[in-house]
Amino acid sequence: MQRALKLEPEKCTGCLQCELACSYENEGVFNPSKSRIRVFTFHYEGRFAPYTCTQCDEAWCMQACPVDAIVLNRQTGSKDVLADTCVGCKVCTIACPFGTVNYDADSGKVIKCDLCGGDPACAKACPTEAITWVDVEQHGLDRMRAWAAQGVDPARPQPSV
Amino acid sequence: MGWTRKVLRVDLQARTCTEEPLNMEWANDYLGQRGLASKYLAEEIDPKVDPLSPGNKMIMVTGPLTGTMASTGGRYSVVTKSPLTGAIACSNSGGFIGAEIKNAGWDMIIFEGKASSPVYLYLENDKAELVAADDLWGKSVWETDQLLHGKHQDPKLRIACVGRSAEAGCLYASIVNDLHRAAGRSGVGTVMASKNLKAVAVRGTKGVSGIKDPKRFMQSTQDGKKVLKEHAVTGQGLPTFGTQVLMNVINEVGAMPTRNMRDVKFEGAHKISAEAMAEKRESDNRANLVTNAACFGCTIACGRISVMDQGHFTIENKPQYWGASGGLEYESAWALGSDTGIDDLETLTYANYLCNEDGMDPISFGATVAAAMELYETGAIDDTITGGVKFNFGSSEALAKAAEMTAIGEGFGKDLGLGSKRLCEKYGRPELSMTVKGQEFPAYDPRGIQGMGLTYATSNRGACHLRSYTVSAEVLGLPEKHDPLTTEGKPALVKIFQDLTAAVDSSGLCVFTTFAWGLEDIAPQIDSACEGEWTAERLLEVGERIWNLERRFNNQAGFTSADDTLPPRFFKEKANTGPAEGKISGLAEMLPEYYDLRGWTPEGVPSNETLQRLKL
Repeated sequence: MQRALKLEPEKCTGCLQCELACSYENEGVFNPSKSRIRVFTFHYEGRFAPYTCTQCDEAWCMQACPVDAIVLNRQTGSKDVLADTCVGCKVCTIACPFGTVNYDADSGKVIKCDLCGGDPACAKACPTEAITWVDVEQHGLDRMRAWAAQGVDPARPQPSV
Repeated sequence: MGWTRKVLRVDLQARTCTEEPLNMEWANDYLGQRGLASKYLAEEIDPKVDPLSPGNKMIMVTGPLTGTMASTGGRYSVVTKSPLTGAIACSNSGGFIGAEIKNAGWDMIIFEGKASSPVYLYLENDKAELVAADDLWGKSVWETDQLLHGKHQDPKLRIACVGRSAEAGCLYASIVNDLHRAAGRSGVGTVMASKNLKAVAVRGTKGVSGIKDPKRFMQSTQDGKKVLKEHAVTGQGLPTFGTQVLMNVINEVGAMPTRNMRDVKFEGAHKISAEAMAEKRESDNRANLVTNAACFGCTIACGRISVMDQGHFTIENKPQYWGASGGLEYESAWALGSDTGIDDLETLTYANYLCNEDGMDPISFGATVAAAMELYETGAIDDTITGGVKFNFGSSEALAKAAEMTAIGEGFGKDLGLGSKRLCEKYGRPELSMTVKGQEFPAYDPRGIQGMGLTYATSNRGACHLRSYTVSAEVLGLPEKHDPLTTEGKPALVKIFQDLTAAVDSSGLCVFTTFAWGLEDIAPQIDSACEGEWTAERLLEVGERIWNLERRFNNQAGFTSADDTLPPRFFKEKANTGPAEGKISGLAEMLPEYYDLRGWTPEGVPSNETLQRLKL
C-alpha cells in the first residue's frame, strides 16, 4: 500500500512539533527554519495550517531540474533531492506551483519533503493528528464517511463491516 | 548541552551590543531562565536601586530546553527589579519569541542603562543592533508588531514589545510577544519602557543542537508527551477548555474572589466560564471561542483564540477588533469579571484584547478596577475623580472605559495605572487594596484555599498563584489531595511547590506540565539534554537555591517578615458562603512553621547554615 501525508488544518494548534521533528530528522538540529513542512498561522481567522510537498505524480520540480537531481522514490512515491547532484540552481523552486521546494543557503542545495523514506517524522510528532500517514487511495474516506453518516447517532459504536 | 553558552549584553546608554560567554558555574547552580537570570541580576544590580532608573537591568532569558522538541519547550522569562513591588520580578511567557532567541544562538540578553531616545533591538543570529524607534514610540503593541514586520519584510520575525500603557508609566505594564502572549506580571514592561526600549525583534535560523544524549532525549521527551496526553487535565481539560476549565470548579469550592474579594462566590461565573465561551451567541450565532492554540512546541495547547460579536457596544465601529485574537484565560476572566462583578463575556474579551493591544497585566488591571469600584461605592472617590464614569460593581461600561483610559494613561486611567495599592493609598483607603508586596491577588481566595494564603504572603514577587500552585493539591487532588480548609501540612506543601516551580521555571518548560509531570518525568528530559547529572533531587535543590536567592535579594531591598502578610480583609472578614463559610485565613498558624522548614530565622531571614548549604 502506498501512503501519503494527510493534512487536516482544522486539527492543527500551531505548536510546530512537526517542524521540530522534520528539522531534527533531516538536519540533526531543532530548527523550524530548516523544516520541509511548515505551519502557517492566520491570526484574524484563528486558523493554523500545516503544508508540505504533496509528491505530485507529474512532478514539475523533477521535470524542471536540468541535472536530474530530483528522482522518484519508487517505494514511497516521493520525489527526492540527490544532494550530491543538485547544483543549487533553484529552477525547481520556480517550477513548483506550491512553493514546497526551497533553497537552503547553508548547504547551497534545495530541500524538500522526502517522506523520511517512508516513515515521516512529522506525522509521528503531531500531537493532534492534524498530520497523519494514510493509504494514498483512501484520503477522502473519513470525509466520505462523515457525509454518509448523516442521521447516524455518533455516540453509538458501530461494528467494522 | 542545552545552553548556547552565549550572552548578549546590550548597553542602551552606549548603544553597544557585546557577546560574552555564559557563566557555566552559575548555569550548573541555577540551570537557566528564572534561576540563572536572577543570579545575574542579584550579582549585577544594587537591590536598593530605583527600578525605573538606568541602574536597574532587564534580562530576557531562555532555559536549556527552550527551542527543543520537549513539550512546552518554548518558554522565556524577563527578570528585573519590579517597579510595582520593589521586589525581584520574573515574568514568564510562551508564544514563540523564546525559541527564536535560542535559535538565534543566545541564552540570554541583558539590557542595561537607558537609551537617550527610543530604540529597538534587532537580532538576526549573530547580528545584533539597536535601531532608532522614534516612529514606534506612541504605538500600540499590535501597531508596533505590524510596523516592524513591514519594515523588515520578514513574516518570520518574532517580536516582543511594550505598548502605550508602559510608555505612560502604568506600573503593571507587560511585555507582549507574538501579539497576545505576555511576560505579564510585576511591571516588567514598565522597566523596558523606562529604558526607552520599545521592542525586541528576533530572527533565528541556527536552531538548537548539541543535545547531550540525543537518543535518550528523544525517548524521554516522547515519554513525557505521552504522560501529558493521557492525563485528564493536560490531555483533555486544558486543550478543550483552557485554564478557564477552573471557573466553575473554583466557584463551587467557594474560593472565587468576587467584587474586590468581598465575596467568595460569583453568581455570574457560569456566564463567563469556558463552557460559556464555547456556546453560540444568540446575537450572531457564533461562539466566542474559535479554537485552541499552542505556544512553541506545546502538545497541550491551552491557549484561547476568540472572536467578538461585531455588534457589541464596545467594538461596534471598530473593525480592528472584529478578527480573531487572544481570548480569555481563567486569570483574566476572573480579574476582569468576577473581581469586578461583571458577567458580560464580550466586555471581558474586549478588555482582554486591550490588555494585549497595549501591554497591561490583566490580573493587576482587573484587580485595580475592582479596588476602584469599591472606593467608588464606599464614597472614597466620586465622578469628579473618575471623569464621570460610574464605577459601580458590575458595570461593563466602566470596565471598557477603564481599559481604554489605562491603555493610554489618560484621565482616571493614570490613577488606575498606579495599581491597586497606590490607588487605595492615594484615596485614603489602603485596606481596600487586595495586594501583597504591592502586587494584586490572583483568582483564588485564601480563606477557601488556605495554602494559597501562605503562597501569596511568601511569594517573592508579591501575590501570585504561579509561585506555588497548591490549588493543584488542595482542589484538584494533584499529585495528592489536601483539605483546602485546613492549615495543617500547608507550610511543607507550599515549600515543595515553590522549589519545584522555581526549577521548572528555569528549564524552558511550562509550569502547566506539572499537573501531569512530576520531577521524575522532567529530570530525564533535562539530564539527557544538558551536561552534568540532573536528578530530581538536584533540581529541587536548584529550586530551593533560587528561592533563597530571590528572598535574600528582597531582604536586601528592604523587605522584612512584616511584608509576608495579607490584606486585613482576610483576617477580619469571614468567607460569607460556600464550603469555607465562616473561615478567615490561618496565615499566622502557617508562617512560623514555614520559616522553620525553610531554615530561616523567626524574622524570615535565611540563616547562615541555610545559605552555606545552598552555596549562597
